[in-house]
Amino acid sequence: MIALQPRSLDEVLQSLEDDPALVPTAGCTDLMVRGPEALHEMDRVIDLLGVPELRGIQEVAGGLEIGATTSFSEIRRSAAVRAAFPALVAAASLVGGWQIQNRATLGGNMANASPAGDSLPVLLALDAVVVAAGARGLREIPYAGFHTGYRKTALRPGEIVARVRLPYLPEGSVQAFRKVGTREAQAISKVVVALAGRVAEGRIAELRLAAGSVAATPVRLRAAEEAVRGLSPGPAAADLAGRAAAREVTPIDDVRSTADYRRFALERVVRRLVLGMA
Amino acid sequence: MKVSFSVNSGAAEVDGHAMERLLDVLRERLGLTGTKEGCGEGECGACTVLMDGEPVLSCLVPLLQCEGRRIETVEGIAEGPAREFLERFVATGGVQCGACTPGIVVTAWALLERNPAPSREEAREALAGNLCRCTGYEGILRAICAEPES
Repeated sequence: MIALQPRSLDEVLQSLEDDPALVPTAGCTDLMVRGPEALHEMDRVIDLLGVPELRGIQEVAGGLEIGATTSFSEIRRSAAVRAAFPALVAAASLVGGWQIQNRATLGGNMANASPAGDSLPVLLALDAVVVAAGARGLREIPYAGFHTGYRKTALRPGEIVARVRLPYLPEGSVQAFRKVGTREAQAISKVVVALAGRVAEGRIAELRLAAGSVAATPVRLRAAEEAVRGLSPGPAAADLAGRAAAREVTPIDDVRSTADYRRFALERVVRRLVLGMA
Repeated sequence: MKVSFSVNSGAAEVDGHAMERLLDVLRERLGLTGTKEGCGEGECGACTVLMDGEPVLSCLVPLLQCEGRRIETVEGIAEGPAREFLERFVATGGVQCGACTPGIVVTAWALLERNPAPSREEAREALAGNLCRCTGYEGILRAICAEPES
């Protein structure tokens, strides 16, 4: 068993270059549910929680950068995130319960790459940029291109998520988040939707909509966005957006829900969020 | 790997697999069976303990990440200043079958340490990750919010 606990990002990257089979871990809330047998078969892990460069929230030119191992509790408590990105705070508040939020990390949610990850549609709607770190240095990946397939990401072998950059939205923008699960808290999403947009001179000038649990990856709802751009916000635009969203996704039946229900719920949620722009 | 950490008022040194669950370390190696396994998948909250004062699910914490940490279990909380709260918890009918009780006590105590007079809403949010299927939560919430008997 190799279990490394590096204290610097350089150490992490060197270790991953020497041994690309190391599994990076952070809050472990997704990893540990594999069960004791699978866990005992793991023979190489690298724990990122002790690496200061990967943790914390910093203001940068034009936005905020959130370190990969920043927990959802830290995101909820951050005055800077609360002021600029309430949709992310809303998502962080509904990731599991208090105990999960204390341990689960934003970078872990991204790298684990579940289509149901609650924070992921928010990052898409906010047009986030991933800063990945590898032996050859830092590389920026637009978040819209980060999820390449079911549980697959654009990270190369030996690369990790170092942090994610959220650009401030223009003055007058609105954000919204809505999760539909079996119950209010501590449930994996059946459908999860995030919106960021802006109304100018009575028209929807900008709109980014994204959803989780309705395709193999978290997805931007580009047809829905296109359907209503330039329209005046209200019930007619909201109906159009909802119907377009339901048509463009590819949900499946699984233990948590059915494809039909997901499509139905997505249409309703998108409609409600777009109506909220009015 | 050898991992050292504090548990309640004592110290522990455990030699085990890096990915061993803190839950199993507590129950099987340290004999602290107050912490219960419910679902084992991070859904029910029965195995809640405090790690450096923050509630976490011990079924989801690997031994590896316990080095140098301070762990408090329901046993430690019961020995400490929670006495009055625990007596209230019993008096209000907060306990029925008991399976969820240790996890609820640990989470509730973490809330009370931060906020000695929580509202119902604050108590409900703190307990969002703890399932109880017997009590309907009524007695639990009355005990946490120190409401007089109706």
